[in-house]
Amino acid sequence: MRSDIRIGPSAGNDGSYASAFAPGLNDPERQTPALVSGPGGKKAVKRYNVYRNNVTVGLIDALAAIYPATRRITGDEFFRAMARFHIRQTPPKSPLLFDYGRDFPDFIAGYAYAEAMPWLADTARIERAWLDAYHAADAEPLPPGAFASIPPESLADVSVALHPSTRVVRSRYAALTIFAANRSPEPVGAINAAEAEEGLITRPDLDVIVTRLPAGGAALIEALAAGLTLGVAMATVLASDPHFDIAAALAGIVEAGAVTALSPGDAR
Amino acid sequence: MTVKSAVSSALLASAMATALASLASAAPLSKAEGEAAVAAKKEKCYGVALKGQNDCAAGPGTTCQGSSTVDFQGNAWKFVRGGTCASITLPNGKQGSLKPL
Repeated sequence: MRSDIRIGPSAGNDGSYASAFAPGLNDPERQTPALVSGPGGKKAVKRYNVYRNNVTVGLIDALAAIYPATRRITGDEFFRAMARFHIRQTPPKSPLLFDYGRDFPDFIAGYAYAEAMPWLADTARIERAWLDAYHAADAEPLPPGAFASIPPESLADVSVALHPSTRVVRSRYAALTIFAANRSPEPVGAINAAEAEEGLITRPDLDVIVTRLPAGGAALIEALAAGLTLGVAMATVLASDPHFDIAAALAGIVEAGAVTALSPGDAR
Repeated sequence: MTVKSAVSSALLASAMATALASLASAAPLSKAEGEAAVAAKKEKCYGVALKGQNDCAAGPGTTCQGSSTVDFQGNAWKFVRGGTCASITLPNGKQGSLKPL
């Protein structure tokens, strides 16, 4: 125990300075912790509020940096108000800011003032997947030629290893189009949000790629991720959607660099 | 193997051939998606990961001296329509609205 730190009577649960100092940071209703004081033991409400403000502004800025399309859609004021509600309810658990805001899309889905924008939560989910793909481990994607070298009759028995950055999103709305338009520096034209979209997010090299997949594409990738062979995964998707465009889905997956290895099944 | 799996094997082989052929000439992304990719590329230069290295995230001129960007708490209910949401519509005529419901 260090003797040069004085823990006042109002120290937190574990007796540390931080556990007494921190709770009020995210809760304006709480009074300034008694152990914070100015020179000569004066009250330090204003000084403590500097920390309060910086914590709040810092976390809102982190969300704004992670969800730039979402912010562009709602405008800055709406976004910051919405983000503040989320921050009050869900303070960070990790000191890593890039990891913060994982629950924000779900929060948006339940946020009363965003009800008129039912596609907003899915747009935010794409942005979260974008950042997760960005921070995923590096891996070398297979070139298209690797698929061509598999004999056609054994293709169905092949299972695949997916790139660590691979993420899929499925939206009842045109969330990919909305995402792409609002991440582009160009003005946003009219968008019909009614069309359902599926997307694949990867980072085969240094850049994150967002690819639109045909309906069923996300389910195919999920089946492959679960370890099913190409043939079984394809049959699973076809069973629920007979119109599944498997060629387009495969092209999207290969092109996006989502596959890092192919393992042939048992020869039969 | 069963007839069913033999059929799906042929289907898969033909789909893969189609897929690989399409890649040779494919323009995989729509214009908007391409632009997004470009935007994404720029993004990583000043992404939140870089910001995270800085202990004072509140921005320039703020920091720890009390001059921080002020967190205006009072305006939470005055949602001003400032974004692109109005251009995103649903077929039943409902469109993005930032007014409280």
